[in-house]
Parts: sequence; C-alpha cells; structure tokens
Amino acid sequence: MSGPLGEDTAVARAFREEGPGILATLIGQVGDFQLAEDALQDAFAAAVATWPRDGVPDRPGAWITTTARRRAIDRLRRERGLADRIVRLAHAAALEAAGDEEDPGEPPPIGDDRLRLMFTCCHPALALEARVALTLKSLGGLTTAEVARALLTSEPAMAQRLVRAKRRIAAAGIPYRVPPAHLLPERLSGVLAVVYLVFNEGYAPGDGDRLVRGELCAEAIRLGRLLVRLMGDDPETLGLLALMLLQDARRGARVDGDGAAVPLDRQDREQWDRGRIAEGVRALDEALVLRAPGPYQLQAAIAALHATAPEAAATDWAQIAALYAELDRRAPSPVVRINRAAALAFAGSPEAGLSLLQPLVSDPRLAAYAPLHAAHAELLRRVDAPEAARAAYDRAIAATANAVQRAELTRRRALVA
Amino acid sequence: MKYMLLLYVPPEGRDHPDAAGMEAWFGYTRALQEAGVLVAGDALQGLEAATTVRVRGGETLVADGPFAETKEMLGGYYLIDVPDLDAALAWAAKVPNAPYGSVEVRPLMELPAEVPA
Repeated sequence: MSGPLGEDTAVARAFREEGPGILATLIGQVGDFQLAEDALQDAFAAAVATWPRDGVPDRPGAWITTTARRRAIDRLRRERGLADRIVRLAHAAALEAAGDEEDPGEPPPIGDDRLRLMFTCCHPALALEARVALTLKSLGGLTTAEVARALLTSEPAMAQRLVRAKRRIAAAGIPYRVPPAHLLPERLSGVLAVVYLVFNEGYAPGDGDRLVRGELCAEAIRLGRLLVRLMGDDPETLGLLALMLLQDARRGARVDGDGAAVPLDRQDREQWDRGRIAEGVRALDEALVLRAPGPYQLQAAIAALHATAPEAAATDWAQIAALYAELDRRAPSPVVRINRAAALAFAGSPEAGLSLLQPLVSDPRLAAYAPLHAAHAELLRRVDAPEAARAAYDRAIAATANAVQRAELTRRRALVA
Repeated sequence: MKYMLLLYVPPEGRDHPDAAGMEAWFGYTRALQEAGVLVAGDALQGLEAATTVRVRGGETLVADGPFAETKEMLGGYYLIDVPDLDAALAWAAKVPNAPYGSVEVRPLMELPAEVPA
C-alpha cells in the first residue's frame, strides 16, 4: 500500500481522466444530470475516505462507477417526494438489478455516453455561455472554480450558472441523446462552435491567468480529439481539430519576453511545435480526402500553409488568398474580407486587396474597427499613396484602445515616406 | 412531457386567413391529432376583445385591453404531449404562423399528484 499522497494522486487522476466518462454513463442510467453529478461527488468523497485505508482498487474507474450508482439509488430512495418516489423507485430497482448483472470484469463502453453528454451540454435551447460552461465542467473535467477562472467570472456566479443550466435541462426536457440524422448536421455544427469557443477563450492573448488559459486550448483539443474519435469521418470535425492543432502549435512563439504579441511574420519558427503541426496536417489531409470542404477545413488549410512555410518570405500567399476567397464565399465576414485583402497584397496584388476593402472602409458600422483601418493603411502604403495611408493610420490609431497596438501603429505611420 | 406552444403573431398578420391559410391550420391540427400528441388547442380572439384584471390592495382593477403592449400578440395555443424538447421543437417549427410570427415552447410544471396539506 502506498502513502496518503499516492492515494490522493490516484483519486485526482481518476477524477480528471475518468470522471467525465463516468458522469456521462451515470446520467444515461439515472436520467438526471444533477443526481448523477451529486452521486459522482459522493463516490469520489468515498474514494478519498477509503482508498488510503484499503488501498487503491485494481480498476479505480469501475469502483467509482459502481459506488456512484449505489449512491444515486440511495439518494433516490431518500430524497424524492412522495408522488415522484414510486416511479423513481421502480427505476432504481431496475437499475440495481442491472448493476448486479453487470460483468465486473468488463468496463462499460462510455464512448456513446460521452457523445450524448456533449450534445446535451451544447443543446441550442441553452444560452451559449451556459453551453460553454457545462461542456468544460462536465466533459473537460474542470472544477467549478477552474471553469469560473477560465471564463473570467466568480466561482459563486459560475456555480449559479451551472445549477440553472442543469435545472433547465431537466425542466425543459432537453433530451440526453445524440440527435437523429435529420438534426445531426445543425447540432454538430453547434457542438463544434462551442469547442472552438473554448479554444479561443484560451488562445486570445493578453488577459486573465495565462496558465489556465493555456490549459483551455489543451482542453479544447482534447474535446476535439474525442469528437473525432466518436464522430468518425466527419470532415468539419477533423477540420476543426486540425485548425486548433495548427494554431496551438504557435502558442509559444506568439508572445515575447515582455508579454507583447509577436506577429506571424516575426515569430521564431524554431519555437513552433512540430508534433502538433504534423498531427494537424494529418487531420486536415484526412478531412480533405472526404471532399466536403467547410469553413473549419478552409481555415485549417490556411493555417497549414503558414505552419509549413520554412520562413515567412516563403509563404504561399496566392493559395492563401484563394482559400480566403472561398471562405469569404461560404462564411462572409469583415474579418475574412480583411484577411483576404491582406493575402492578396502579400501575393503581389495590393490593388486587388484595396478594391475589396473599399466597401468596408465606407461602411459606417465599421468606422471604429481598428484592424480594418490598419489593413487599409498597409495596403495604401504598398501602392505608394502616403497621404491616404497616413489618414488611414490616424483612423486606426483613434480606434485602438490597446496601448501596445497604438504604439506599433504610430511606429508604422512614421515609416510612411 | 406536456408542452404549451404559445403562438405569437404580428397584429396585422392574423386577420381572417384565406381558405388556403385556414387549410394550413386544419392540416397542422390534424397532423397533431394523428400523431396522438394533441391535448388541447385554441385560437384566441383579438386584442380588442381582451380584458385585463389586477388585484391591488384588495381592490379589483379591470382594464380594457391586453396586459402589455408588445409587437407580437398571443394568438392561440396548442397543448401537446411528447417525449422531449426536441419533439416539441419539431412540432413548433411546423406551426403555420412560425414563418411570420413566433412560437414559444413552455413545458407544463409537473405538480405532485397529492397537494401537500
């Protein structure tokens, strides 16, 4: 028998690695999100209390699952109201019988349960912020405190949000299942959007606790890998995983020693994570073979061209511009348009880029959008229109709230001859 | 689970549907009946027929008109009994006013069979 620290580590490891899968199974069995979560907490508390005394069981996950199921049955017997109790007890009795029949040598297949949990946590009838929080808490294996820190809110507020979301799942009758085929495409795109949102919460530099936000990228990638494993050959699921891996590969090079953002062309490519790039390119290749391109695959393809260029000057800008054109057709937005214009300029056609930007620059809704004016200024500089370039820099500087960016724009404005 | 589908329509959108419009409503109601999910359903008369009652400080206040001025008004309801929210949402999307109004889906509160004394 190992020391107390060993058991703590075993419990912590079981919690982190097996908790989400066990929770998914339990929700399926007891049909109640909150009851399953409470029972799982009970089981881990029991593990903390007994493993130091009795030793860590051979299969910690199975031990936790069985204990949690018994606790759920106990709670059902104890807590439910009179009218509810008869129905619930019949359910509990069936559950108990099923538990007894279960072969103790075989761990339960948890893949489908986790997929069900994912679609339930990302149901469109839940507010987007609730979907993100529930996904991180239930499938990411993060504690409420960690989720609160990651989403920049207080722990009591996050606990409230999670309780409300779980109540809503029960009260509104949100089903615990993988949606049927006719709903799957729209529901899956919602799940992918939540995973990418989790990734971007971690990826967006500058604010919050650096450590936890890096962990969020890792968590999103873990969820992405899980989805790929569960969904099999879905091109956009593969595309999203590829995109996250290729972006995350640059994490170490994106911020310099002083905490300032380093633009892509000045990043130290030696610091890019070659393993992540290789895995991302592999996932993208798998997606592209399926011949159903979508926005995640297009963005991943752009990221792959950047990631595989030996140096910034060797970037294949013509192909990047073509990919942005396709992305602009499928998922138009000012951001995509600006990137497309910049790519055209790098590919040697700043005039073509400028004509793309022209309608955006005269759109009053984008008057305060600094990246647009900064890109406009760069392109004007390249076509040798210094006065117009300086005016565009002034608009960009006026629209920028970030001091580091303002300093960089001012530096560039001064370079215009 | 029982769900109430609350059908909201823009005030100008509900006046006297033509024969084709009425057939859409009859057809939808028949579809609910044939699926065995319809519990109840009615169209409501217009806002001009609405009267609002409030009791304040023991005094009953009766006022002409609906409880609040909104862009859309409650035009009717269906009460259906289906397995879960997804099934309710699927029916809600087929309500004839969904393309020009909106449909709010509200589960009924499940009260215990015995009311505590």
